[in-house]
Amino acid sequence: MTKEEKYSLAEWAVNYAQTNGAQGAKVNIYESQESKVEVRDKKIDKLQQSTQSGLSIYLYVDKKYSSHSTNRLNNKDELKRFIEDAIEGTKFLSEDEFRTLPEPHLYFKGEKMDLGTFDKDFLSIDPQKKVKLAFDIEKEVLGKDTRIISVTTSYYDNMSSSVKVTSNGFKGDTAHTYYSLSASVSVKGGDARPSSSWSESAIVFDKLKKEGIGTKALDRALKKIGQSKIESGKMTMIIENRLAAGSLGPLISAIRGSSIQQKNSFLIDKLGEKVGSDKLTLIDDPFIISGRGSRQFDGEGLALKKRTIFEKGILRTYLIDTYYGKKLNMDPNSGSTTNLVLEKGSRSLEEMIASLDKGILITGFNGGNSNASTGDFSYGIDGFLIENGKIIKPVSEMNITGTAKQLWMNLEEVGNDVYKNSSWRLPSLKFKDIDFSGI
Amino acid sequence: MKLNRRNFIKTSTAAAAGTMILPPFLQSFQNFQFSNDMKSYIDHFEVSVELMQKVIREAMSKGGNYADLFFEHKISNSLRLQDGKVNRASSNVDYGVGIRVLKGDQTGYAYSETIDEKSMLNAARMAANIANNPSQFKFDAVHEKIPADYYKISQKWEDVSVKDKVPFLQKLNDRIFEHDEKVIKVNAWIGDDTSYVLFYNSEGRLTYDYRPLVSLGAFCNMQRGDQIENSFSSYSYRKGFEWLSDDLIEMLAKEVVDKTNILFDATKPKAGEMPVVLGAGGSGILLHEAMGHAFEADFNRKGTSIFSDKMGKKIAEDFITIIDDGTLENDRGAINIDDEGNEVKKTFLVKDGILNSYIHDRISANHYKVEPTGNGRRESFRHVPLPRMRSTYMEPGPHTREDIFENVDYGIYVDNFTNGQVKIGAGDFTFFVKSGYLIEKGKLTQPIKDINIIGNGPQALADISMAANDYLNDNGTWTCGKSGQSVPVTMGLPTILVKKLTVGGTSV
Repeated sequence: MTKEEKYSLAEWAVNYAQTNGAQGAKVNIYESQESKVEVRDKKIDKLQQSTQSGLSIYLYVDKKYSSHSTNRLNNKDELKRFIEDAIEGTKFLSEDEFRTLPEPHLYFKGEKMDLGTFDKDFLSIDPQKKVKLAFDIEKEVLGKDTRIISVTTSYYDNMSSSVKVTSNGFKGDTAHTYYSLSASVSVKGGDARPSSSWSESAIVFDKLKKEGIGTKALDRALKKIGQSKIESGKMTMIIENRLAAGSLGPLISAIRGSSIQQKNSFLIDKLGEKVGSDKLTLIDDPFIISGRGSRQFDGEGLALKKRTIFEKGILRTYLIDTYYGKKLNMDPNSGSTTNLVLEKGSRSLEEMIASLDKGILITGFNGGNSNASTGDFSYGIDGFLIENGKIIKPVSEMNITGTAKQLWMNLEEVGNDVYKNSSWRLPSLKFKDIDFSGI
Repeated sequence: MKLNRRNFIKTSTAAAAGTMILPPFLQSFQNFQFSNDMKSYIDHFEVSVELMQKVIREAMSKGGNYADLFFEHKISNSLRLQDGKVNRASSNVDYGVGIRVLKGDQTGYAYSETIDEKSMLNAARMAANIANNPSQFKFDAVHEKIPADYYKISQKWEDVSVKDKVPFLQKLNDRIFEHDEKVIKVNAWIGDDTSYVLFYNSEGRLTYDYRPLVSLGAFCNMQRGDQIENSFSSYSYRKGFEWLSDDLIEMLAKEVVDKTNILFDATKPKAGEMPVVLGAGGSGILLHEAMGHAFEADFNRKGTSIFSDKMGKKIAEDFITIIDDGTLENDRGAINIDDEGNEVKKTFLVKDGILNSYIHDRISANHYKVEPTGNGRRESFRHVPLPRMRSTYMEPGPHTREDIFENVDYGIYVDNFTNGQVKIGAGDFTFFVKSGYLIEKGKLTQPIKDINIIGNGPQALADISMAANDYLNDNGTWTCGKSGQSVPVTMGLPTILVKKLTVGGTSV
């Protein structure tokens, strides 16, 4: 479908809903195509290609609300029945006075910026070139060490586009491309067969890092040989940049409007209060060129702004969408985040390690969870024991346990090595006094 | 599940029953002897045997040695309650065909959301590219495989209106609030899926399945002073609307309140290694994470599982028998045929302490030259089948629950979990304990909560020193994730003692 065809279908669906009993409607039409090549033992192990599309409709019927989606878009009569049925079903629900479309003045209406989220050459990349990339990174590993058991490398790309139309005046479209290359390596070390993987990704094919991925995965796997747990105790923890999102996740969940209103948050009534150390300054910036989370409007169509979420540990804002904004009597400011940028420090990960007397560098999480209401968390980890500024040995089969409040108050240092392959742009983080359980 | 031939595609069940969308196709089947059920599935997807054969021929045209077509039509509905009102419904319709070509252990895969000749041939051409030696392909005779019937239901979800489901959720909410005045928030939901599956492969096998799946769950927040705690409880089966009952609502309401209440006085244990008693039921997560995934044959054929060289070897005490079973009646993990058209079995993974079988899909069964176990599963027509678990459980052991407690001087008892994970090669597995108790001198004492437990698969399996005779299957909404694909599973366990695992907690 072209963009115009998508708009035309979306507008038709909104109108059809409105003329058949809905007072309000929002429709999204999306389409995506992807390809994946997986290489193993110098052969293509898996080759996958696909295209998909779908329609989602959000209905506001007699103060009642429901949402529906289908991937059967080819038959208008069927879509009509789909929408009619959906509207009829909605009438059996309870009224919900808080459920409305956003106020039109909050919609994005400005000039469209080029945020660098789309590679216009997506369709012209030679498929043979894609396959070769996966073979090339396999070559970096094969035969490089006798302990190698298995190497799998892969190339993946995706192009997606969508349009959104609401019955009270919003129209917007998005288009994204994504490329990634990854390698996963298993090695033999004693009884265990530790594995590690590494990946690189980009929005534009020419910017995709195409070398060193296999080498990095192999190096990380070999370093895990001899992993063991060590004695339980309180120690300093450094979390490698690409895993830092795992620690920040519960903090972001806790400030969502839905969490606050449903009392699933340890940050209720904490606006303006200090909930982390001075090192915690976090900005939500929608407009970074080629940022993985860059966009001008959110899923509701709300215009986005750059905002400060935590400032030197002080909570500055909740994430409020239209529905929970009404329930909480707060102004909506978008219930979702875009690019989350943690203000970086001055030292590299290597420098942070070199200055540490004793602690653990975490390079992998393994399960665990956190309690949304209390902030209690406990996660499995693996990584490396550091003593006197040096990596001593690989550790695994250990847990870290604590509360989110303590954790963020104990944030001691933020690195300068921001991970940019994600919409959460975080550097390595150092926390003091973490409870590790091992032996 | 018996179908009428005239039961055609419904796009949603939001309103009342019986919206028929597609015109009857009603082709003639004069060249084939099929059951009426089979005819109805072929009609449902508006295909013919001749068309499927044409697509298979295209899929095999570059020299593949096997191809299959997986047609799927899935209708999902969910209904949610929040803040005392049933105020959100949603539905989804998903429809398409996945085309797979194998060349040895190599896979070509493509899917189409439109089921017509042109789109299917296009997808077949893409999948065919896994091979590159064009060859002629000879068809085997088409033969219908009648699937098993492990989930008989009487009221299909497609025939159930939103209106019929609303009162159950409302009652669930009301009963939870009535149970305890500390309850401040309830979120509850009913989700139902109905999938139609039609399968055809280059060996001529033609089969189908009708898969109902329902889940009912509640999440509750309670407040005591400044302290807020939450828990959730859920049940899920391959059952029809007849499953919803007042007794079920009552049981779930009580359970979620009880589970939350325990948490107010719970603390964290001290960090480190200790004996862990796993209560009967959901503790089966131990089997799923610590052993089940590492028994999946794709990891073993690639040598990446820590159990890769353990087949036929003793890996646990003699009294331990671990099964992965796709045949449990109305179980969330049951399937009448697997997603590669294979018969589903009760598979003995560990028999009397000896590693007896891996979990196989077609590729791995061929690799190991064993019969398929019926574990080839996929999330949808968009995905390749992989070796996946179904219902994984341990048979009852020779001890009693009392014997087990008597053997623990200091340790923990756990029976309420939220999630788990494993690293297949290193063997490290974890599961998150929502609540449990300390065991001191054989007695349950202080409640504990919110801790992760981590161990090493082969070691933990060898460390199971006692198992009781009180086996329970857990019928919660367990969903297993692997390679980006989710499939419904269940798990079960008798009460067991693991000599030591590393328990999250605070350092002394």
